[in-house]
Amino acid sequence: MTHTGTNSAHNPGATLGARYRQAFDAAESGGDTLVFPFLTAGFPTPEETPELIRAALRGGAAGLEIGVPFSDPIADGPVHQTAYTQALAAGASLDTALDAVRAAREFAPDAPLTLMGYLNPFLAVGATNVADATDQALADPPGAAVGEPLAPLARMAADAGVDGMIIVDLPVEESDAARDVLAEHGISLIYLLAPTSTPRRIATVADKASGFIYLVSLTGVTGAREQVAADFEQFVGRVRALTDTPLAVGFGISRRQHVVEVGKLVPAAIIGSALTNTIASAPADGRVAAVEHYLEVVTGRRSEETSA
Amino acid sequence: MSTASLSGVRESGAFGPFGGQFAPETLMPALSELEDAWEAAQTDPAFRAELDELLRNYVGRQTPLTLAPRLSERLGGAQIWLKREDLAHTGAHKINNAIGQVLLARRMGKPRIIAETGAGQHGVATATACARFGIECIVYMGAEDVRRQALNVFRMNLLGAEVVPVESGARTLKDAINEAIRDWVTNVRTTHYLIGSAIGPHPYPMIVRELQSCIGREARDQMVEQIGRLPDAAVACVGGGSNAIGLFHPLVDDPVQLIGVEAAGEGLNARHAATLTGGSPGVLHGTRTYVLQDVDGQITEAHSISAGLDYPGVGPEHAWLMQTERAEYVSITDDEALDGLKLLSETEGIIPALETAHAIAYAAKIAPTMSQDQHILIGLSGRGDKDVEIVRDALAQRGG
Ligand SMILES: Cc1ncc(COP(=O)(O)O)c(C=O)c1O
Repeated sequence: MTHTGTNSAHNPGATLGARYRQAFDAAESGGDTLVFPFLTAGFPTPEETPELIRAALRGGAAGLEIGVPFSDPIADGPVHQTAYTQALAAGASLDTALDAVRAAREFAPDAPLTLMGYLNPFLAVGATNVADATDQALADPPGAAVGEPLAPLARMAADAGVDGMIIVDLPVEESDAARDVLAEHGISLIYLLAPTSTPRRIATVADKASGFIYLVSLTGVTGAREQVAADFEQFVGRVRALTDTPLAVGFGISRRQHVVEVGKLVPAAIIGSALTNTIASAPADGRVAAVEHYLEVVTGRRSEETSA
Repeated sequence: MSTASLSGVRESGAFGPFGGQFAPETLMPALSELEDAWEAAQTDPAFRAELDELLRNYVGRQTPLTLAPRLSERLGGAQIWLKREDLAHTGAHKINNAIGQVLLARRMGKPRIIAETGAGQHGVATATACARFGIECIVYMGAEDVRRQALNVFRMNLLGAEVVPVESGARTLKDAINEAIRDWVTNVRTTHYLIGSAIGPHPYPMIVRELQSCIGREARDQMVEQIGRLPDAAVACVGGGSNAIGLFHPLVDDPVQLIGVEAAGEGLNARHAATLTGGSPGVLHGTRTYVLQDVDGQITEAHSISAGLDYPGVGPEHAWLMQTERAEYVSITDDEALDGLKLLSETEGIIPALETAHAIAYAAKIAPTMSQDQHILIGLSGRGDKDVEIVRDALAQRGG
């Protein structure tokens, strides 16, 4: 098993979740809270993405979530909707995201890298012509039907250096086939849990999870918020009681103070809309510097006072 | 070939490889709550009784089955029968579903209802049902549709609903659904999402089908009553597919040809909304079904002259009925639909909705190929009052 090479399909399972484990172990044994920024591949343009990614890693990102833009992002607020629309208009595609992963992997061989997106663009990679589909494929229930078509993507993603995938609209009920196909290529399917998740759902996810579990901090769509949701601590407790899988929190986190606050409860924080806002509001020639600076601030490498 | 029966949904909400629950985690508990509430309601005689009473005395069911003698004669073939959902309260079949789901929301104790609307018919139906029970109602509507269907926006406002124009994407039905889902993700604990067609994650396609099945059940009985047998074919327009599945479902085990008519817009090689005839399998709005998409899996914009058919997805049960070849799906262009609307208006004194005009236009194509002792049943899903302005402009543009 290699830490620096790609998750080759030839050693299934051998590296499943390894980079996550390494990073979370370090954080849990007294290291800094991990900050995983979310960057939309192709925003504001596909050409800028690799450089923005390197800037985030230079600024202190422990790993990355790389978002594949989608035309109909039902779990995203206005900031990401706009970013996706802009990225797609600028010609972004899954290839843009995989290029971004390759750039990140080259720059940070040990950083856990997560591909995040909605199911349909992922399925499109392996879509077979309906006329060519086997009778079995035509008879499979929907969850099974979205497993095999993910195989070509899983292979490409693993070769690029992806450790895990978050598929926003693939809940645990429909995920078994997809999870197996990804695992065959050494990729963890990262599950989400929300404050509305019932104990039974939490237990089911706990049972199937690898890599980490993504806790959605609030009942809502993505977007920067002023405060961390009040019931978050209780939510973490309910999940913690049922699993040892590492936990990360996302949705609404924007400031160093939020990272410090949630860092007392979980070892990793995911920052999306606030970073997208930072990129959107920076002058075109200042985006790279803005991303690096923002990461330095949220990871605590630079004090907030100097951020103005 | 599959364990799913043609007439029934499996516990998982699958129609063969279609359907399912492809929804964000935050919504999953709400979907199971809805499923439980629906199951409980189904077995509760009080729910059935209340719904039946409302359908009879508020909606005006049963709706008539009307023979179309002059249309049949003009076409010179099969006899044409119209199942008159245009005569239901608010002028379309959408009210059947809206009333049923409002009752369900009350059972679940949800004080707030949200809906999406394309043509505005489902928005009006939802606003109506909410007014009837004094429930807060918010309707998401694409900004383009707000413009196209200004009269229905005003109707919703009169009924006390708030209409929120949606500016994202193509600013039509698909985008309104996205926004409604986002609202639901945010307010799920207090809010019921009253989806307007047989689409979305399980249990919606099943619930909407059951609530619309009064169309097919009544029509079936009425055909037997009036001619002593079932029709040879049943024809309905398909947007999301709710009026069509409501007509088809009670006939699915009978020897009746089922034909769904999609919107071919400017033609299948140009902009259209014919998801089953011109799309491919994918996942949209929580369900695996046929969608209009590009090679990257991005959903493409649909186009139809009728806002109610302007949707790049379709109910998963229709995808299954097509795959199993139990139903046939065809398409009709904007132009042909306009002709269909004029034809029915002139021959029978019934101005159909532009959506419905697609079914008329297709029936007009096949009727002449059939014999006079054969019968076509058309689901007349709604009336055309809402469309007269668009029709006037379109006819003026093409010169009549
Ligand atoms: C009169 C009428 N017919 C049909 C439709 C299409 O919807 P569905 O396919 O769900 O019946 C609409 C939608 O607004 C409508 O208003």
